[in-house]
Amino acid sequence: MIRLEKRPQPSQVWTVMTPVLAVFLTMIVGGIMFAMLDTPPLEAIRIIFWDPLFNTQFASFTRPQLLVKAGPLILIAIGLSIGFKAGIWNIGAEGQYIMGAIFGAGAGLAFYPSESWLIFPFMIIAGAFGGFLWAMIPAILRTAFRTNEILVSLMLVYVAEAMLASVSQGLLRNPEGLGFPGSRNLSQWDASANREIIAGSGMHWGVLTAFIAVIFAYVLMTRHIQGFNVRLTGEAPRAARFAGVIPARIVIFCLGLSGVLAGMAGLFEVAGPAGQISIDFNSGYGFTAIIVAFLGRLHPVGILLAGLLMALTYIGGELAQLMLGVPGASIQLFQGMLLFFLLATDVFINFRLRIGRTEVA
Amino acid sequence: MFKKILVAGALTAAALGTQAAAATKACFVYVGPIGDGGWTYQHHQGALAVKETYGDDVEIAWQETVPEGADAERVLTQMALSGCNIIFTTSFGYMDPTNNVAAKFPDVKFEHATGYKRLHPNVSTYDARFYEGRAVVGHIAGSMTKTNKIGYIASFPIPEVIQGINSYYLHAKKANPDVEVVVTWVYTWFDPAKEADAARAMIDQGVDVITAHTDSTAPLAEAAKEGGSVIGFGQASDMAAFGPSPRVASIIDNWNPYYIKRVGAVMDGTWEQQASWAGMPEGEVVIGEITDAVPAEVKAEAEAMIAAITAGEYHPFTGPINKADGSPWLAEGEIAADGDLLSMGFYVEGITAEIPK
Repeated sequence: MIRLEKRPQPSQVWTVMTPVLAVFLTMIVGGIMFAMLDTPPLEAIRIIFWDPLFNTQFASFTRPQLLVKAGPLILIAIGLSIGFKAGIWNIGAEGQYIMGAIFGAGAGLAFYPSESWLIFPFMIIAGAFGGFLWAMIPAILRTAFRTNEILVSLMLVYVAEAMLASVSQGLLRNPEGLGFPGSRNLSQWDASANREIIAGSGMHWGVLTAFIAVIFAYVLMTRHIQGFNVRLTGEAPRAARFAGVIPARIVIFCLGLSGVLAGMAGLFEVAGPAGQISIDFNSGYGFTAIIVAFLGRLHPVGILLAGLLMALTYIGGELAQLMLGVPGASIQLFQGMLLFFLLATDVFINFRLRIGRTEVA
Repeated sequence: MFKKILVAGALTAAALGTQAAAATKACFVYVGPIGDGGWTYQHHQGALAVKETYGDDVEIAWQETVPEGADAERVLTQMALSGCNIIFTTSFGYMDPTNNVAAKFPDVKFEHATGYKRLHPNVSTYDARFYEGRAVVGHIAGSMTKTNKIGYIASFPIPEVIQGINSYYLHAKKANPDVEVVVTWVYTWFDPAKEADAARAMIDQGVDVITAHTDSTAPLAEAAKEGGSVIGFGQASDMAAFGPSPRVASIIDNWNPYYIKRVGAVMDGTWEQQASWAGMPEGEVVIGEITDAVPAEVKAEAEAMIAAITAGEYHPFTGPINKADGSPWLAEGEIAADGDLLSMGFYVEGITAEIPK
């Protein structure tokens, strides 16, 4: 007889151990999957987890790319995690990310071809504002009309996608682009380019901002009264009200903050790695960041590590496709397994496994 | 255990190294899954044809479902680093990443599909004259519609799609002067649910012939529900599974000859930058089997048109053609210049809808 017994307190050991165990289980089950696909499993796992970091041929390129891929995920996930702690479910970061990119790119392109150094900072502010504005719609609807922010924020993603298609063919279309959709390339225009701070390091301004956000969130959640209010709202809403926390303010704060960070992530991507506003500019960062937030247990440092781990599986997955010819879907399966095992092993934090007969109390 | 992995790694790395030295490596970047049954599937058929033609002298590698945003540049760089000698980037959105990466790897050849930027000597572009195929299916559509309403599921208002709509309509109208075209914009290249919705909406408006400029089989699946009263065409790929009706013919993108030629050029060192825009004469645009659901007479006319285009005797955009606003575009017997087609931003006379801005 196997049964679960609730621990008196969440286990510290298991909190640290479950991510390691989840990665290990993913390697085993993923290895079986690769073997069934007639791919050498050890080699596939080595390529996914090892080669992006240490392969002599690739690593000098892929190591910095880990930061580039992880940066926006971390930045968005930090914002989301604070809301999730308060029980405010912003599922629409993808939309805020798009709007940040549109606002930021639009703000910059309005001054084309000026070479002023003020343009890039102005674009960052505009990007943050775009994300903020988009997040305020579900925030105000929730506080004023008690609508469900999960539905509203998610639906606004599709609205944002339609606006993205519209501006890339109309308002922001490159006038020298022969009528094809897509804006001017921002990364090739010095005033707007989000460049690497140290060449070859992958550290562009968005990655730096993500690191600052991690520190900021850590201080906010552990040292600041507002962080306490946020946690209290999530854990004991009634107690929060007695303590004088105004729920509407927490909703506005949490959605606003996650909107700002998602909007900035969008701007840094459009001015850097992506380069231009185009119909397919968004590639799901806003949704992947939800996974990163939970994979990191809504803790800033956890999110930092989870973002890097996700980036590793993306880049390693690409290398595996390239070198072993495994199908793209198998990499998505592999990533899904990782999340599944993490959530599944989470049960050991609060429960312990008992083997033996149940004693009659 | 760990040591073993390392040793295995070193061995495979060595193996890969020697292989790369011997064979030419051709790499392909796809925007969709290779099993999409349409656009990406056809490009992958081209990749497989390269392998089949050159055997052990060539090695192929590919990556599917690569988003057109920030990820494309990284994927391309990884490919170049892995020893690819020629890289085919098979979607419009890869245009800037292709040129950026080409700048860093001058010894690697890049081939970008459907774009126009060739900023470095190692970047070529290639496309196919799909409007030639649209002319043939337009003729079939105009001849076979009973409601005089034919539908076009359009992806994005870019020149290639507008060429397709114009060509489809012009040839439908030649066969049937009363025909009217209904254009539905779906703003996607591949989204079976949206494509099905668009097909359904048009069927409800009385459209009985549907062609799609999107990649999935969903519009044909939707037409199939009407029990034979609505017909359509395979797009990008043959989609023969939906024949003999609703799929009565198809426009097939056949990249095989181009890929074989260009990889061959890399192998014998004759590769040079170019902008290729080939069609039926070169075998890049192929009309799939016209089924028995099409009356014999219409089928014969369609086949005659295919023969004329293939022989270079007929150009689908031959005047007199006016623009939708009534202003003249092509005079009697005048043939459209490629430049006009490549930047086409207007409908021809008779199409009442507006092009979305």
